[in-house]
Amino acid sequence: MTEIAGTTGLILNEPLLWEKGKEGREGYSMPRRDVPVVPLDFGAAESSPDIPDLSEIDVVRHYTRLSQWNFGVDTGMYPLGSCTMKYNPKTNERQASLEGFAGAHPLVPEHLNQGILRLLFELQGYLCEITGMDAATLQPAAGAQGELTGMLVIHAYYAAKGERRSKIIVPDTAHGTNPASAALCGFKAAPVASSADGLLTAEAVAALMDEETAGIMVTNPNTLGFFETNLPEIAEVVHAKGGVVYCDGANMNAVMGIVKMGRIGADIMHLNLHKTFSTPHGGGGPGAGPICVKAYLAPYLPEPRIIHDHGEYRLSEDFPQSIGRIHSFMGNVGVMIKAYSYIRTMGAEYLKRASELAVLNANYLKERLKGAYHLAYDRPCMHECVFSDRYQAVRKIKALDIAKALMDFGFHPPTIYFPLVVPGALMVEPTETESKEDIDRLISAFLAIAEQAEENPEQLLESPRKTKVRRLDETQAARKPCLAG
Amino acid sequence: MRYFPHTAGDVESMLSVVGRHSLDELFSSIPPSCRLEDKLDLPDPMTEWELNDHMNALAAANTTSENGKLFIGAGSYDHFIPASVAALSGRSEFVTSYTPYQPEISQGTLQAIYEYQTLTARLLGLETANASMYDGASALAEGMLMALRLSKKRTIALSRLIHPHCQGVVRTYLAPTDCTIVELPCGTDGRTDLSPLKGRTDIAAVAVQSPNFFGVIEDLETIVGTAKGINALTVASFTEALAYGLLQPPGYFGADIACGEGQSMGIPRIFGGPALGMFASRMEYVRNMPGRLVGVTSDREGARGFVLTLSTREQHIRREKATSNICTNNSLCALIAAIYMASLGGTGLRRLAQLNRDKSEYLKSGLLSRGFRSVFTGQTFNEFVLEAPAGFSRTYRKLLERKIVAGLRMDRYYPDLKNHYLFCATERHSKADMDALLEEVNA
Repeated sequence: MTEIAGTTGLILNEPLLWEKGKEGREGYSMPRRDVPVVPLDFGAAESSPDIPDLSEIDVVRHYTRLSQWNFGVDTGMYPLGSCTMKYNPKTNERQASLEGFAGAHPLVPEHLNQGILRLLFELQGYLCEITGMDAATLQPAAGAQGELTGMLVIHAYYAAKGERRSKIIVPDTAHGTNPASAALCGFKAAPVASSADGLLTAEAVAALMDEETAGIMVTNPNTLGFFETNLPEIAEVVHAKGGVVYCDGANMNAVMGIVKMGRIGADIMHLNLHKTFSTPHGGGGPGAGPICVKAYLAPYLPEPRIIHDHGEYRLSEDFPQSIGRIHSFMGNVGVMIKAYSYIRTMGAEYLKRASELAVLNANYLKERLKGAYHLAYDRPCMHECVFSDRYQAVRKIKALDIAKALMDFGFHPPTIYFPLVVPGALMVEPTETESKEDIDRLISAFLAIAEQAEENPEQLLESPRKTKVRRLDETQAARKPCLAG
Repeated sequence: MRYFPHTAGDVESMLSVVGRHSLDELFSSIPPSCRLEDKLDLPDPMTEWELNDHMNALAAANTTSENGKLFIGAGSYDHFIPASVAALSGRSEFVTSYTPYQPEISQGTLQAIYEYQTLTARLLGLETANASMYDGASALAEGMLMALRLSKKRTIALSRLIHPHCQGVVRTYLAPTDCTIVELPCGTDGRTDLSPLKGRTDIAAVAVQSPNFFGVIEDLETIVGTAKGINALTVASFTEALAYGLLQPPGYFGADIACGEGQSMGIPRIFGGPALGMFASRMEYVRNMPGRLVGVTSDREGARGFVLTLSTREQHIRREKATSNICTNNSLCALIAAIYMASLGGTGLRRLAQLNRDKSEYLKSGLLSRGFRSVFTGQTFNEFVLEAPAGFSRTYRKLLERKIVAGLRMDRYYPDLKNHYLFCATERHSKADMDALLEEVNA
């Protein structure tokens, strides 16, 4: 290893906002008063809200210092499995901040907002093309809301047929959002285990699939990083009993231009624009979770829908079977503008290349690390690979310790303890925007930690040492919750 | 392609490590019958310069307060956003990080969200707030689900004066459940009529919005009292959070849950999203709250730090028994709101809220003196409904041609309110703008 990416630097402390405010300061240029005061004679509070007064420089320093305690993709490699922390292009930010978008009001008559409606309409088309589906809605504000929308669509589809189904098959490798979303629609999750090679089988699904079951929620590629090769057969089993195949597209970054899920049996699919289509994760959102569906489910999509006729784009609520609204307006449009910019920048050629390089990076990392770390399933992976802490655990070093140690080397840790089927999981997703050199540095860090676990495990328990704070006590936070100051 | 750092040599050497001859071979685990043979049918890649031109053209084909005049709010408000708010919230350490699962290198997001929770709780007069929901509509829907969980009853009362889109989302969320909704109509003062609640014992929660969709400030004291009288929770919603710079907050009157839209707090309208679901409740209900929560703790050397907490409520632990399915929320929007509130301070929020009230009163009195008729007697904040004089619809259409949107037609949402319009004026509408509109209305 040539040089460790992580070092120390001058990090400034910063109190809480209300520890530094002083009445009489202001950080805002109050617009001129050009109209008389008309006091409220009902409902007014006697005094101002209890929010500190600060000057502009107070606010600027406060948030600048806070930002310096954060690690983002722009800081360094962020191989958080299942989250696709790829580079977020700056041009996308520029486009979304154009006044013509940022200042657009959602209830202005449609002929006055043709630019944005065209963009959204075209984006729906691109997403349908990428997934092999027939229709789309952009309204869901995140992947989980996309799942909920998908479940509501399935529920409405059965209701229209006069059926009520009570269960849905969810693999044991699924994200927690899957069963939680299904439960909101009254579907009880029927768990199906993956086989010894980390894949679902048509037989296992057939054993559960019946006329009481609405269908299956399947993540493809799955959370172990494998392509569900049996999806066409599984879809046949589900369809034969009148069921619907929901595909969680959280991992679409692996197969853009390589597989269209709609062609291999999926009926509904959500996409995470903040993962696959490069929009930033914002410290936990906003994301966007559009869903794409086959034609037979289109009547149930949320309203309003964007219609293009006679050269004009308009919003229509003329869909009597629609599940209704899922968002205050049209969803997280700002995120959609960035995803649109990305797709227009990439085109078919570079989207496919992105998937190829994402898969190359993950396989390269897997090959280089597999001796030092236990590989849960040793077979070719897609865009991510799942190791475990099994080798290190004999020295009492857990996935958590490995994660914390990586911080001192200058990397964001991978996802840990997920998927649940791999005890002590370390789920690594490098993404296509990381160079060979940076991946080599990450590999060196992992190898150094494995070595330390053998030779000097107690040292690892001390990590991280170079971060703003040392290891934090999460139990204390939950035992006596203090959620506001 | 500038986003890929791989040289041809890199690709070759990496392929040799994984024992493959080509990028295509990396996908050999996918059955050939699943593989796409043709290329995706997408437009050719654009250079950055071409993209700028293309996006400039799309952006120019929309209407904003820079190329037009919009006198509408209805859940999406035009407020001035200081340069400092945009610059700070745009710092890439905030923008390009994710949910702070690893707190030691996410203290910036965590402290900022802890502060956001605090400012939100204080603004709404409640003890605790979560780290954000998607928008006002999903916040309200989640508030109703929470109230249903708490009360174990199966009926909710929903004011007809809640933003119709938010009512719609509540209905969508509840459609697959066995819950029923009682509608509370509009009284002559433009406030919610509580009379359908009389004698009922089956109501889990009473949901209202204040200021409501007509801009009228609801009588939260009476609403909370009525709800308590029938052993129901009060869910107080809002679409104009800035109003609470001036109004007594829902918590002051004893509301159990306050949830609504925080877009006014420094977030651009951007065609309605991303915005901000603000969600606050009494501390005793915290274990039933949806969404992420940030709490205080200390590190092993005793230094103060912040972590995500009470996560046993959440989907990644509790799965189908979680209090919500939410994972990614609208954290960056919560950050923006915190920076905005910190920039104004309590003093500034109150002054700005009063200015909003005054601007809208100026516009209201001008319209009233030009043949518009007041319909509701209740006090309003920065929006109000008026009945237009005969012939206004022609003027309205002619103004639209010049990108002047003189109010929102109400019959779209309330068919009985023909020829009624919902107007909004904020600090962004100068007296000159309003005088110009009044002039047009006269003509």
